[in-house]
Amino acid sequence: MMLFSLKGAYRFWQRNAFIFRRIFPESLAVNFLEPVIYLLAMGFGLGAYLSTIGGLPYLVFVATGLVSTAAMFGATFECTYNAYVQMYYEKAYDAVITTPLNVEDVVVGEILWGATRSVLYGTVFLIVVAAFGVVRSPLALLIPALFMVSGLMFSVIAMTFTAVNPSIDYFTFYFALFITPMFMFSGVFFPLDALPAWVSTAAWLTPLSHVVSLARALALGTVEGRHMWDLVWMLVVTAALFPLPVVLMRRRLVK
Amino acid sequence: MVALVASPSRAVTMRSSVVRASGLTKRYGPIQAVDGISFEVRPGECFGFLGPNGAGKTSTMKMIYCVLPPTAGDLQVLGMDVRTRARQIKARLGVVTQDNTLDSALSVRENLVIFARYFDLPWREARRRADDLLEFVALADRADSKVEQLSGGMRRRLMVARALVSQPDLLVLDEPTTGLDPQARQLTWEKLRQLKRTGVTQILTTHYMEEAAALCDRIVIMDQARVVAEGAPADLVRAHVGREVVELRGLQDGEAILKVVGDLADGHEALSDLLLLYTADGEALLHRIREQGLVVEAATLRRATLEDVFLKLTGRTLRD
Ligand SMILES: Nc1ncnc2c1ncn2[C@@H]1O[C@H](COP(=O)(O)OP(=O)(O)OP(=O)(O)O)[C@@H](O)[C@H]1O
Ligand SMILES: [Mg+2]
Repeated sequence: MMLFSLKGAYRFWQRNAFIFRRIFPESLAVNFLEPVIYLLAMGFGLGAYLSTIGGLPYLVFVATGLVSTAAMFGATFECTYNAYVQMYYEKAYDAVITTPLNVEDVVVGEILWGATRSVLYGTVFLIVVAAFGVVRSPLALLIPALFMVSGLMFSVIAMTFTAVNPSIDYFTFYFALFITPMFMFSGVFFPLDALPAWVSTAAWLTPLSHVVSLARALALGTVEGRHMWDLVWMLVVTAALFPLPVVLMRRRLVK
Repeated sequence: MVALVASPSRAVTMRSSVVRASGLTKRYGPIQAVDGISFEVRPGECFGFLGPNGAGKTSTMKMIYCVLPPTAGDLQVLGMDVRTRARQIKARLGVVTQDNTLDSALSVRENLVIFARYFDLPWREARRRADDLLEFVALADRADSKVEQLSGGMRRRLMVARALVSQPDLLVLDEPTTGLDPQARQLTWEKLRQLKRTGVTQILTTHYMEEAAALCDRIVIMDQARVVAEGAPADLVRAHVGREVVELRGLQDGEAILKVVGDLADGHEALSDLLLLYTADGEALLHRIREQGLVVEAATLRRATLEDVFLKLTGRTLRD
């Protein structure tokens, strides 16, 4: 693996941020709308049938979980569809690698940008649900920092898939076989400990379950020692996978 | 203009060659794209690569601008090895790729500004150079347009402008004028000559022989991954086809003509309906054909050009 330069990665991050700035108002408005729709459907719709989960009102339980999925989708869309379009159709990477930046810088810059969007999306979602009164602890202020970590993790995973993805149509598989099941079985909608042991073990292997567990604990002020392991899990997985998209993207772009 | 280009003194300080390739080779799996070519580009010159489709020009350019690692051989650019100093080399290059790679999410002006940032220019300087360069390629009035609103030729000019934001010591231009109308091509030639006067070394590929003849001090002709000729355009014409060409159309018996003209022709090229005779004395040759009463539909005498050299050296498929 050739080394990336942090400055080079920052330059590409800056390009993405520059482009994003333009659609920021619209994008933010949509970001505000989405959680509201979720809360109406889940909280008031479903919540009318389910009163409490583990002593929490259903609305509170589900809202503190959805915050993490919003963050996950922010990073995932950026590093799947957006990155693929930039790389394959727009030839943006081909242009950038004729400058002092190399492929590694571009990939790392894209991952950092994915993490940034993750923080933006997750935080906006958090602010909206806070307005519904589901946040109960000032520890919630640490959630954006958590999303930087989880955003890096989801970006690295998505970018790895993008680097080997033969065509844009295959992202359907990424979402159908990875993102959606994870969305359903990571403790967002129901607690994992209510499931058969093997299911909760399997769920523990999914990245999202750790984000949900930690973000919910921060929002509710119920952090315990075991949450430490969620953070460790994310850091270890992110660090271990990090070289993968970088190496694979070089292999793809440099013949 | 002064602000747009490297200081002339830079070229002077680079005494050794700007690019030196020896035994340069590129293979894509089983495909041999570049087969052990050697050449040298000198400071301040314009060096051209000609050759039919698939000859290996773009592969060679990509190795020079450090996005394609050579399979074998040695390649030094600006005195540095492409395998180990890519970043430092690219910081001093300006590149126009064969395919346009403009950022469609950005306006014309922003394309230049953001690109300048990759070279670490401060925003203010980046914006100043962007405006100067838009002026330079006559796109100032389109500064705020979206890239997709530009015509093909305008995009190409924007690519050239973008290659100049870093004030490069070496410009690598892969078919810079493909798709340009005659006016835009003339404009681009003029700009490239202007840059050359300030000491910027240029390497370009082209399918237009007039372009190579008009711009290049020296050229190489590539065919099937190898260099088949090298030299100044005028020298190549003299060496390979002589001074004049007689074009004969609508022949009844090409063989008979060749027999008749004998040693008055230094060589010939048969292209479907057309027979080209290379000669030092076209008048004498035409005279002999008329004298012998041979039937031709049309006979033209003209000066030999680079195109004749090109056809002679790379016209294999047409000849067979
Ligand atoms: N990425 C690649 N993978 C496999 N083969 C390639 C690749 N790029 C180029 N080639 C092959 O290498 C050879 C040289 O291609 P190259 O693009 O260098 O030619 P060129 O002289 O620039 O042609 P043109 O005038 O059409 O632009 C061709 O046979 C081409 O098919
Ligand atoms: Mg080419």
